[in-house]
Amino acid sequence: MKLGNSSEQWGGVSIAIHWLVALTIFGMFGLGLYMVELSYYDPWYKSAPWLHKSVGALLFVVMLARLAWRRVSGVPRELVSHKTWEVKLAHWVHGTLYLIIFLIIFSGYLIVTAKGSGLSVFGWFEIPSLISDVEHLEDMAGDIHRWLAYFLMALVTLHAAGALKHHFIDRDVTLTRMLGIGAKAAGRNEKS
Amino acid sequence: MALNKIQSLIAGAALLAGASFSNAADYVIDSEGMHAFVQFKISHLGYSWLYGRFNKFDGTFSYDAAHPEMSKVSVNIDTSSVDSNHAERDKHIRTDDFLDVKKFPKATFQSSRVVDKGNGEATIYGALTLRGVTKELAIEAQHVGGGDDPWGGYRDGFVGKTRFKLKDFGIPKYLGPASEEIEIILSIEGVRK
Repeated sequence: MKLGNSSEQWGGVSIAIHWLVALTIFGMFGLGLYMVELSYYDPWYKSAPWLHKSVGALLFVVMLARLAWRRVSGVPRELVSHKTWEVKLAHWVHGTLYLIIFLIIFSGYLIVTAKGSGLSVFGWFEIPSLISDVEHLEDMAGDIHRWLAYFLMALVTLHAAGALKHHFIDRDVTLTRMLGIGAKAAGRNEKS
Repeated sequence: MALNKIQSLIAGAALLAGASFSNAADYVIDSEGMHAFVQFKISHLGYSWLYGRFNKFDGTFSYDAAHPEMSKVSVNIDTSSVDSNHAERDKHIRTDDFLDVKKFPKATFQSSRVVDKGNGEATIYGALTLRGVTKELAIEAQHVGGGDDPWGGYRDGFVGKTRFKLKDFGIPKYLGPASEEIEIILSIEGVRK
């Protein structure tokens, strides 16, 4: 498997980032729901939010790298078998996924830094507060963070449903080429 | 004629009685100039004291140094203005784990009677409404000082302290055995109306 993307194939870097981000986001969603329910004396009461914040900050870096890689390496063409509405919907979903992920990360950052304190990433370094002195900023950011996370999960469901529809109903390589195993089939699909 | 005399006697008596009452002056708590503080103090694990405050509140009181037992006080607190200098904690305190400020945006204290203890000290009994629960409690109050201010007004200031259990006002989050009770510290300066 090549590292870079071609017009037919996803390369190793894009595939790895896609699944890494997917796993991270599911983990963060679960961790987020879990940590706000912990009792004060739970051993995870401090470490769960610490992990959630630190991973969120790293995810931001990964997402930036992902966008940069898209620019550098390009994106495979849509399969010719895809209908116009499918392509349009997929583009909208992909774009919105990116946007929502960034907004969730940013709103999470605002919760922590709303009163001027920085956000510590695994104790390695601290991201300074940029916006503070806005009344109830932490509450607004918190509401946005939570509702966007639910919205993201709905969107991810649609995204996955699309992939499964292509795989099982259309029997095309949309899903397999994101798994890095659709090479030959993709070529065949292009020609047909 | 006799009736008129009785009437004027009653009126005179009422005036006299009224006079002894009317020395109590009305004050507005100086939340505009922020010479007033509604603070709280709660133990963290039994190891240290955490202080916080409510940034938005207003209130009035009446006070007569000669008759402290005639005093009255009324305070309204915007619960969402809670501030413990930590964004995540303040956000948490506003949720239904603690104050549930969306549902209960106001907390109020309304005095019912004041017992003078002399030396400028008094116990103020009254009703605190917090998180939708109204309960009687007693504030131990002390007159700090009073007199003309440099800008043509007249001021009187007090401190008051009271304690209660979080549970008594329906606050569900359990913070451990050392942190069941919270102390409220009121530092109040009033400007005479």
